[in-house]
Amino acid sequence: MGSYAGRILVDDARQVRRARYPLWVFFVVPLVALLIQIYLPLFQTLRFMAKIDLPLLVTIYFALMRRSQIRGLTIGLILGVAQDSFSRFYIGMYGLCKTMVGYFSASVGLQFDVEHPFVRMLLCLVFYFFHQFLYWVLQRAVLDQAVAFDFLGEGILAVVHALIGVALFHFLDKLRVPE
Amino acid sequence: MESLLHRYRNITVLFVAILAQIGAIAWQVRNDNDVPLLRIWAVSAVTPVATAIENLRSGVFGVASDIFSSHGREESRAVRQERDRLRLENQLLKNELAEAQKVGTLAGFQAHSPSRMLGARVIGTTTGMSTHSVLIDRGSFSGVRKGMAVVTPDGIVGKVLEVYKFASQVLSVTDPGFAAAVESQKNHTRGVVKGQGSGNEKIEYVPAGQKVEKGEIFYTSGEDRIFPRGMPVGRVTSVEDGPVFQNIYLQAFAAEAVPEEVFVIVDPVHQEIPDAPPSDTPVFLAPDVSGPAGASGGTGPQTPTTIGTQADKIVEQYRQIGAAQNHVYGEGSAPNFNIKVPGVNAPGMPAGGSGFRGAAAVTGSLPARGYSGGATRAASGYSGRVARSASGYSPAAARPATGGVIPR
Repeated sequence: MGSYAGRILVDDARQVRRARYPLWVFFVVPLVALLIQIYLPLFQTLRFMAKIDLPLLVTIYFALMRRSQIRGLTIGLILGVAQDSFSRFYIGMYGLCKTMVGYFSASVGLQFDVEHPFVRMLLCLVFYFFHQFLYWVLQRAVLDQAVAFDFLGEGILAVVHALIGVALFHFLDKLRVPE
Repeated sequence: MESLLHRYRNITVLFVAILAQIGAIAWQVRNDNDVPLLRIWAVSAVTPVATAIENLRSGVFGVASDIFSSHGREESRAVRQERDRLRLENQLLKNELAEAQKVGTLAGFQAHSPSRMLGARVIGTTTGMSTHSVLIDRGSFSGVRKGMAVVTPDGIVGKVLEVYKFASQVLSVTDPGFAAAVESQKNHTRGVVKGQGSGNEKIEYVPAGQKVEKGEIFYTSGEDRIFPRGMPVGRVTSVEDGPVFQNIYLQAFAAEAVPEEVFVIVDPVHQEIPDAPPSDTPVFLAPDVSGPAGASGGTGPQTPTTIGTQADKIVEQYRQIGAAQNHVYGEGSAPNFNIKVPGVNAPGMPAGGSGFRGAAAVTGSLPARGYSGGATRAASGYSGRVARSASGYSPAAARPATGGVIPR
């Protein structure tokens, strides 16, 4: 436990450093994530991309790396509302889910070494599941839709998101301002 | 107090954000209202980029295919659009021919032409776990309005859900929130098709005992006042009896893949549901009534024409009638389509009208119901525009033929 936990848990406040990014990254990356989600599924071979929630992964990433709960929930709120704007449902459904994901991601980011690939993978998996579950609850509670929660399907998608998340986070790390 | 707020600042902001969004959702649910401004901002921010990417992609693919493929030109976008338009016209004409054959003693076409349509390109899908909708590059600027039907030559695609300035959101036939009134081709059983979130749509409210066969094709019935009657919807894949209603599933024709181009029906005109299958089945085509026999009244020689389809001929005929009255389509009131223009809808002069016995040829005998001179539209170039009928179509209005000439 000792050596393993020592690599994953943040045991020194000095380790909690916020990653910094150029300003354009905060505009371009979410926009590209949204574009990929609405454009690529047009192609028959890329229809599965509709299932990949890239805005969620971008929310998790920035919330984790910025290590600020307010910034995390703000990013989640903006991306979620943008997603709501493209869906036919009420504004606020995705916004609410991603706000909470952003907040809790940032909270976790304060406790863990979020540059560790295993931690990133685990967080993506957990937060994807949390996001989907929350959305399902909202669908049932707010919209009164009798939809079932597909545990197996969502579980598989959570794993896929975890794998994509690790690769995406690695790519986004390259955009950081060097310390 | 201040230190308390500072201490719980983060959690306070979270609660405010959550409460604000819950309040927004509750307000939308309660008032059945939307927050259009947010949607407009988001769509306005993304659609130009999506349109640019799509243009770039189609341009690059077009150039590449022109270079590397000997059939590149045939696959260019303009040709594909034209092909789709012609397929749609062809389909509607086949439907009309099938109807004409059914009546048997009738020798002419029913005086109608297709709905007025607007071509649009699909530029994106929309987000949502259980929603199926697409974005098209035509909005209120092009005359698209909420609730309009969206179709392809294969069948119905969906209906316009939201309209923005230069884009519209189309609710797909596969979306669980989609519903349309339908009628089966063979047994004329009526029901409501509802999206299920997958490729298999469900036909609801068909009472047990009514005859529906597997493989039967369903068409729009027009009762929902969104889709014009006679548009193909899909083919029945399974039929199961239930205690009250039957469980009928069908595969929507236009849901097999996201189409690249669609047509928004700007001005719907009901069609008859054909007895024959909509496509892939050879349909007997009788010789053109404007053929070399000179069936146009028999007095004037036939002028060779470059007009391809019967719909084009109707459009040309209307155009000439309008031109004879110095009328500019789209301006002022409609021209009088009942006047006789020599060589166009009256015998005696050679003309490009070629004697087609369409709506305008049967002067003075158009069904009074729903007739409006303004109902005709001149079609020009691409945009999916095709001629539309000058009257409500009804089998009862079919005119018997005498010696190849439809009597007045």
